[in-house]
Amino acid sequence: MTVMQKKADNPIAHLTSADIEQLGRELDAIRQSILDTRGADDAAYIRKVIATQRYLELGSRAVLLFSIFPPAWLVGTAGLGVAKILENMEIGHNVLHGQWDWMRDPKIHSTTWEWDNATPAEQWKHSHNELHHTYTNVIGKDNDLGYGIMRVDEDQPWTPAALGQVGYNFVNMMFFEYGIAAYDLELRGNLARGGTKDPKFKENARKVVRKIRRQATKDYVVHPLLALPTGSFLPTLAANAVANVIRNVWSHSVIMCGHFPEGVETFEKRSIDGETKGEWYVRQMLGSANISGSKLMHIMTGNLSHQIEHHLFPDLPSNRYAEIAPQVQALFEKYGLTYCARPLVPQVYSAWHKVVRLSLPNGWLETTSVKNLPSQLKLLYGMVKGGPRVRRAAQARMVQQARKAREAKAAAAPVAEERAAA
Amino acid sequence: MSAPTATPSLPRSERAWSRRAVRLAEAATTPLLPADYLDLFAPLRPGAALRGRIVEVVPETADAATLVIKPGSDWAGHLPGQYVRVGVDVDGVRQWRAYSLTHGARRDGHLSITVKAVPDGVVSTYLVREAKPGTLVHLEQAAGDFVLPGEGGKFLMVTAGSGITPVIGMLRNLFPSTAQGVLRPARSSAYDIVVLHVAPSEPDSIFLRDLQALDAAGAIRLVARYDDTHGVLDVDSLTDLVPDLAERVTFACGPAGLLDALEAHHDEAGLALQTEKFRVSRVAVGEGGSVSFAQSGTTVDADGGTPILDAAEEAGVLMPSGCRMGVCFGCVLPLTEGAVRDLRNGEVTVATPGDNVIVQTCINAAAGPCEFDH
Repeated sequence: MTVMQKKADNPIAHLTSADIEQLGRELDAIRQSILDTRGADDAAYIRKVIATQRYLELGSRAVLLFSIFPPAWLVGTAGLGVAKILENMEIGHNVLHGQWDWMRDPKIHSTTWEWDNATPAEQWKHSHNELHHTYTNVIGKDNDLGYGIMRVDEDQPWTPAALGQVGYNFVNMMFFEYGIAAYDLELRGNLARGGTKDPKFKENARKVVRKIRRQATKDYVVHPLLALPTGSFLPTLAANAVANVIRNVWSHSVIMCGHFPEGVETFEKRSIDGETKGEWYVRQMLGSANISGSKLMHIMTGNLSHQIEHHLFPDLPSNRYAEIAPQVQALFEKYGLTYCARPLVPQVYSAWHKVVRLSLPNGWLETTSVKNLPSQLKLLYGMVKGGPRVRRAAQARMVQQARKAREAKAAAAPVAEERAAA
Repeated sequence: MSAPTATPSLPRSERAWSRRAVRLAEAATTPLLPADYLDLFAPLRPGAALRGRIVEVVPETADAATLVIKPGSDWAGHLPGQYVRVGVDVDGVRQWRAYSLTHGARRDGHLSITVKAVPDGVVSTYLVREAKPGTLVHLEQAAGDFVLPGEGGKFLMVTAGSGITPVIGMLRNLFPSTAQGVLRPARSSAYDIVVLHVAPSEPDSIFLRDLQALDAAGAIRLVARYDDTHGVLDVDSLTDLVPDLAERVTFACGPAGLLDALEAHHDEAGLALQTEKFRVSRVAVGEGGSVSFAQSGTTVDADGGTPILDAAEEAGVLMPSGCRMGVCFGCVLPLTEGAVRDLRNGEVTVATPGDNVIVQTCINAAAGPCEFDH
């Protein structure tokens, strides 16, 4: 992937600015059609999901009181994992987006909600709603791209640190809620530039520590202690840990599918100067990817499986995204844009594939075969040891080689076809 | 009575234990509260947010019904004539309205409100036509000191302009006005009421027609004074209009000028007076308006095309802000009173006192005067 503006085949080159503004108006009309019909059924939906989640969590925790018995452990852990996923995805994420503020129910409102996650809602709302949703996929502005720890674009210079990013991403997946908390604090940037002395940072850090302490006390002290009478202290502790990991892996995977898969565009910083609402819409359309699947899949992903619709209209109730998805897709077709949707497994694979590919210098994977592996490894070692200039030169050579190989293959292809026909 | 203490029934050690139990329950349910789970099973229990359950909807006429509500355990009771604010979800949106409670304490502990469906009345229409027994509603404790004594008596109601509203509420509850005419139930026979209604000119309003109907039915005596036909009311001429003024307790609701004049007059004459300041319940929707911020004490004039956020920042108010395009909800503030218009689709959001509607300031412009809690 390369930022869209540098691509040879810019996917929006065929659209005039009048087209883009017209597209914006058509999207506005879709949004309005949902606002006009938003009502009691939607309110009943979110209240039902919240009640279901709470019954499921209560039930699972009750079963875990007897988790010394393996079947109880399995049932309780699975139930708690699902409850935590529902709480974070279909409920927490969407309530904190203000999707349900229109109900004027102070108990289900973006200004009062707190969620079962290490990061305090207040800090997440800033980094997610404000930064990520406004600057979606703009390199250097949207830190969700690689969470500031990964190389996610060919245009970013390759450094030896990138070699470790498959490992970082795996660790981030397992402990995702803590990764998000650190990310919302901009911990890495603040450590690097000595921002940890800033009183604002200190205050936020205190809030995160307090939140983590409460969360950990609940999952790893209080509930195991409640299970002590049946001798289920350790099994309950393990169940909570596993449920948290299940939730972390699931939410990390779903979120990776939203902006990482191949085919999703990234954008240059200066491309959003003076951006119109229509252009903002186009950026959301091309910068997001959907997961196709069943109704259950949509609920368990918090309807982030409709990431494209969510990014176009972050404040519409999540239960309505499925209904507008065909209309949005029709607009993609009408304006000659690519609607990126795949089932979960290919989408997760695609996202991980990109993480692996970009952990290596551009062109390295393409120019490497079993035969030349030793020499390619030697080249990579040289790039690790060498300075930026060495890296740039070596990468440029490989990119050129890869291009030549592609051209040669393209030239040979018709010949092969003719032979097959004969 | 023994010396008052906070919770005299529990010895100190038990109090400590119950505090510990509460803390443990909170630690087990964080980031939610134990109440969030208890609400699933017992929404009317002691300690819960105040709610009620509709137990009965009694149709009174074609367009009015009495709702009998079982209040939550923490309902503190009420005086006849006080009002209760009721929050109901209509089309999924929580709406609060005040309704008078004119009956005394009921044997069954329930409370009842009589609602007339008014044209375009979102809540009244819902309560009369759609509310079903079993529905949970949200309540506030009864409030209001513009209260008629429960035992009856002789009264003069002085109302000016929109000051008629609370008095109409009282009278409607004493003498329900139905499609079949004005009812005069036995409980209301102890009230002898004169209404003196003052207005610049004869208004064409449902309220005035109500008063006229009450007068025609003999439930009250109506004295209407219009500035254009009768000249501006002189409070010193009250005894000409109401000869037995001295025997009556006066209730007055209207603009401050009238209330001040009445106070001076009644003080001098040694007469009893109860006043209620004029309350605007209808918000005027317009284009732009003055936007005031209660906490910072700033008022900003904003036109109908400028987001409130921009107008306020321009005037130096420190505002929360975010994406500035209606996406992130980082700029929301409680609108305590007034109307705002969504610049994206023209939708108007209205708040009356007590509503505290939380609105996005970056995509809403003033649609008339409005006040924020900020």
